[in-house]
Amino acid sequence: MDPKNLRYASSHEWACLDGDICTIGITQFAVEQLTDLVHIELPEPGSRVSKGESFGEIESVKAVSDLYSPVTGEIVSVNSKLADDPAKISDDPYGEGWLIKVKVEPGTNLDHLMTLEEYQKQIESEEH
Amino acid sequence: MPHRTPLFDWHKALGGRMVDFAGWEMPIQYTSIVDEHEAVRREAGIFDISHMGRLVFQGPGALNFIQKIYTNNAATMKPGQVRYGLICNEKGGIRDDVLVYRLDPDWLMVVNASNREKILAWIEENRGSHDFKLTDKTFDWGMVAIQGPMAVKLVEQHSEAAVALKYYFARHDGAGDDYCIWSRTGYTGEDGWEAIVPKNRLLDLVESLIGPASQKAGVALKPCGLGARDTLRLEAAMPLYGHELSEEIDPFQAGLGWAVKMDKGDFIGRDSLARRKADPTLPRRIGMELEGKRIAREGCEIRHDDKTIGHVTSGTFAPTLGKSIAMGYVAPECTEIGTKLEVDIRGKTAGAQVVPLPFYQRRKL
Repeated sequence: MDPKNLRYASSHEWACLDGDICTIGITQFAVEQLTDLVHIELPEPGSRVSKGESFGEIESVKAVSDLYSPVTGEIVSVNSKLADDPAKISDDPYGEGWLIKVKVEPGTNLDHLMTLEEYQKQIESEEH
Repeated sequence: MPHRTPLFDWHKALGGRMVDFAGWEMPIQYTSIVDEHEAVRREAGIFDISHMGRLVFQGPGALNFIQKIYTNNAATMKPGQVRYGLICNEKGGIRDDVLVYRLDPDWLMVVNASNREKILAWIEENRGSHDFKLTDKTFDWGMVAIQGPMAVKLVEQHSEAAVALKYYFARHDGAGDDYCIWSRTGYTGEDGWEAIVPKNRLLDLVESLIGPASQKAGVALKPCGLGARDTLRLEAAMPLYGHELSEEIDPFQAGLGWAVKMDKGDFIGRDSLARRKADPTLPRRIGMELEGKRIAREGCEIRHDDKTIGHVTSGTFAPTLGKSIAMGYVAPECTEIGTKLEVDIRGKTAGAQVVPLPFYQRRKL
């Protein structure tokens, strides 16, 4: 996926809406901050997530972080390849390393999230 | 403002990710903790440890005073010897864990950065009539550790005298700007050296080791941060003050009874330690291997038969072992090797088993 077409949460998740299916992952910046991923905990398909609430956790040697959903809806798919190989997330955070797909309510949009340009400004300020 | 080591600009130039550690701005990692960890296990790594406290004792009363505040026996040390020991409070709890160097005629004590001011105050409080001069050289000197199975090839390029040192021995040479202390010591579980030089010479030393010495020896010397220092010491089951060691824990509980010499004469905490040594009810330090990959971090509850029996003090995913490991303190009846335990990691239970310490031991040649 092209980072230019994605939307971003301040907690470093990205979201991509295609019809009523929203794919969620974490950003390159998040991956670089975490480094040395050892484990990811994701929910089962069929469970519900709410905007701004934790849906799982990602653990690196250094620290463990919650994953926050940028949208509300039902999880229709979970990237099951990550359990055995969390390095997939760091290798390709916008592609093979996606986390979950959520079916959202009709009329849902991602206007509350940042554009790539806005997100880049945020990480610049975090780096200083 | 946090303190900066003489290598601060060097860390920044290498892309070191800087964090506050015990009041110092230190690199937690440059590339990845696992890469840096593996470099030390496989080849060689260099760590800036200038944040450690370096206290010099001079004068006729230095030895007797060190004996008073230190649990190990400094009186039996040979010239150049380095010895690990504890500084205890009156109750036998650990105030700090330190290395004492006999650098005739002076003595050097290397203390934890987080405890330096506390120990300085403790020394003044207990000085009594002991005749010695104490100098805090922490800010005048810098310090690096060169660790790993190939460290010997690098140190060889730099100093034949240093490479000839035996394990836990040190030598000091030179004067003024050329003064240096080399010791065959470390905190990684690998062979290695630690070097102390005047602060304006530290960068030169590091650059000559990474540059010319590395090239001549054909050994890559990887800059390593505090993250790898922590995973390396954890695999080697070396305790870290503030985690495994505290004012409430005594050396016997921590498995450091070998560093307490009850028969050396009186020292602060000895009477309490005699009682605590004989007390079978006190929690003990253990090592655990966990099922799964989640990391049991400091504070996680340890359970046995649905009862809370202790807490985790440090945990990580051990890069060399490929396993989640942790240390903690538990009730003494649960310390047997092989005992099945459970650890509560953020509300979810992980199975664990008591294993022998250290988790990792290098193959001795």
